[in-house]
Amino acid sequence: MATAARKAPAKSKSRSDGKSSTLSTPKPAEFTKEEELSAYRHMLLIRRFEEKAGQLYGMGFIGGFCHLYIGQEAVVTGMKMALIEGDQMITAYRDHGHMLAMELSPRGVMAELTGRRGGLSKGKGGSMHMFSKEKHFYGGHGIVGAQVSLGTGLAFANRYRDNKNVSLTYFGDGAANQGQVYESFNMASLWKLPVIYIIENNRYAMGTSVSRSSAETDFSNRGASFKIPGIQVDGMDVRAVKAAGNVATEWCRAGNGPLILEMQTYRYRGHSMSDPAKYRSKEEVQKMRSEHDPIEQVKARLIDKKWASEDELKAIDKEVRDVVADAAEFAQHDAEPDPSELWTDIVL
Amino acid sequence: MPIEILMPALSPTMEEGNLSKWLKNEGDRVVAGDVIAEIETDKATMEVEAVDEGTLAKIVVPAGTEGVKVNAVIAVLAVDGEDVDKAGEDIGEEPAKAEAPAKAEAPVAAEEKPAAAPVAAAPKTEIAADPDIPAGTEMVSTTVREALRDAMAEEMRRDGDVFVMGEEVAEYQGAYKITQGLLQEFGPRRVVDTPITEHGFAGVGVGAAMAGLKPIVEFMTFNFAMQAIDQIINSAAKTLYMSGGQMGAPIVFRGPNGAAARVAAQHSQCYAAWYSHIPGLKVVMPYTAADAKGLLKAAIRDPNPVIFLENEILYGQSFDVPKLDDFVLPIGKARVHKQGKDVTLVSFGIGMTYAVKAEAELRGMGIDAEIIDLRTVRPLDFDTIIASVKKTNRLVVVEEGFPQSSVGDHIASQVSQRAFDFLDAPVITIAGKDVPMPYAANLEKLALPNVGEVVEAVKAVTYRG
Repeated sequence: MATAARKAPAKSKSRSDGKSSTLSTPKPAEFTKEEELSAYRHMLLIRRFEEKAGQLYGMGFIGGFCHLYIGQEAVVTGMKMALIEGDQMITAYRDHGHMLAMELSPRGVMAELTGRRGGLSKGKGGSMHMFSKEKHFYGGHGIVGAQVSLGTGLAFANRYRDNKNVSLTYFGDGAANQGQVYESFNMASLWKLPVIYIIENNRYAMGTSVSRSSAETDFSNRGASFKIPGIQVDGMDVRAVKAAGNVATEWCRAGNGPLILEMQTYRYRGHSMSDPAKYRSKEEVQKMRSEHDPIEQVKARLIDKKWASEDELKAIDKEVRDVVADAAEFAQHDAEPDPSELWTDIVL
Repeated sequence: MPIEILMPALSPTMEEGNLSKWLKNEGDRVVAGDVIAEIETDKATMEVEAVDEGTLAKIVVPAGTEGVKVNAVIAVLAVDGEDVDKAGEDIGEEPAKAEAPAKAEAPVAAEEKPAAAPVAAAPKTEIAADPDIPAGTEMVSTTVREALRDAMAEEMRRDGDVFVMGEEVAEYQGAYKITQGLLQEFGPRRVVDTPITEHGFAGVGVGAAMAGLKPIVEFMTFNFAMQAIDQIINSAAKTLYMSGGQMGAPIVFRGPNGAAARVAAQHSQCYAAWYSHIPGLKVVMPYTAADAKGLLKAAIRDPNPVIFLENEILYGQSFDVPKLDDFVLPIGKARVHKQGKDVTLVSFGIGMTYAVKAEAELRGMGIDAEIIDLRTVRPLDFDTIIASVKKTNRLVVVEEGFPQSSVGDHIASQVSQRAFDFLDAPVITIAGKDVPMPYAANLEKLALPNVGEVVEAVKAVTYRG
């Protein structure tokens, strides 16, 4: 399988005042062997976890809506590598990868998908609604775009407390057309809030391609009216994401206000499990998989640099599969919530 | 003919104001656009400009006069060619000063045409002692506006995580002056002016609350919160449940709710029933200043999202507020406003003004009504309602909101299920009419409930023809 790194279309965007940007797309980070191996393991965990979730959905263990993150793993993995303790993350409903990146327990996530009492939300949230105060993960939100205002509020709290933490607020190319996104941009820029708006441009808002839904398809430019600089990033290359994450977190921690990172990425599966994805060709998907797969890129580098052998990588794969199998086993056999849970956690 | 200069209205609900200063003297020449006087209400100070050209012949209302009624003659202008001295003499000494208004009467109710009994002359309803206020506590007459401001200021002094955000809350001192003085005391970090962006700042507030802060989000009116209702319901109200109890939103959404006066359909709507529908929210709607203060303090401390529905017409009304260092009332507990034995009147917020006036009228007819002020619409204190119904066997509910799926409908259904055997008559619900709020004064009056309707309902349930 070809594993050539994608030619990054990355570029920086100038600010709306026409002056040259103080920010430009950084070169991909130089990873150490440990970083490559860590990225490989983390992305593989998300990939295998999502494959298993898809399987359990097909078997009827997971109900409702289930949105898989397969293909986009480099985005959360690279960004997580740029964080410090206390930085917050918030996203929409395609959230399993974000939770695993924030080190929420695979058992807890999978058992929530199956609606069991051991799930992170005791089975009351489901795939789209999970949270962890301890790990600074603020959901998991089912309403497209709502998390953007909420994530801006997390940044407001950081500013209020005058800590150095940053809010990583994720949304998709579809959510980027919601009105409250721009209301949030305005306030974040006005008040210099430490928030990184990470637009995961996977090219399709459900079934509508970016070109059919967006007048401005360069999402890094979406903050121009609010003087928010933006950077386009090759979201299939975890090193590029990590480098952009470093620039962005430093920018925010220095008190410069918000920043937009457009992550150019791709989801291999449909919008949700019930989407047959007829709006794009098999060839398009296959081309991304074979030429730009984020995991295969890391694997190729590890082999190329002789930092790991095929056997060693297979061993990692086995470990990851064991973790996922354990989570799936737990999620299938854990009890459903006690009926009394119907009436708890409504108000304190 | 000399021109009479009249006391202007500064806002839809203004009925009177103070003439604080004259900037022109008798005999001064005035051209259109000249600022001739300053007047003030409890909300703002504004300048009065001359509309006509001439000479200020006579100042009828001297500077420093309080309670000058809207449309009272405050000065006389002699137009060119007229005798200035004579122009001033033509004005009769009609009383410009307002008659002392009966406290706790809403202007809306006061405008109603007199029913059979002279309502205005009826004795003032004695507010039953609130068991949450220690006997013998000193009382201070306070407006609802001041009570709300004091509640926020006290809680902000007590807890550094409490902050207030909204449109015009800081430098402008509040569109309705509820946040007056807070910026000066707490600074711009904690008193935050937002852009006009309800959906966005409601979400920012909820996010800050999820991160552990305790925001007070002011909506200039709850009508504008329609833009933000997704964040209120889907984010604020549901997160605690969806997170299995890990994370909630300790936030207060507050602001004026319901009809004000003559602001028509898009600005005149009661949201009590809307928000009361939502598990995960608490909904508070006070009538008196004491309840406004004690319940707003409770709402700010509450770890849940609280919808706090105020009313513009009540803002300027004064009530006794206990002088206590830390006066906090329980959310979810109704208050028996006046004890009685013949019929139970249940209301909340400005609806109480109709109930209170109707009670006085009913007393004249020999009917002893008990009034219950719900204070909180969710959770609803059915124990207090049902205990009263068991005593009176009759129930009338009064509110200003729309009739379908109203708070009254819910109470009627619950009482019929829980206390059917105690009812001697069907429950009657009085609500606003099932129409968008009209602008015309006469139609607006028809759209709102009125005291006569409440009296008629009580006569019906007590079988008095």
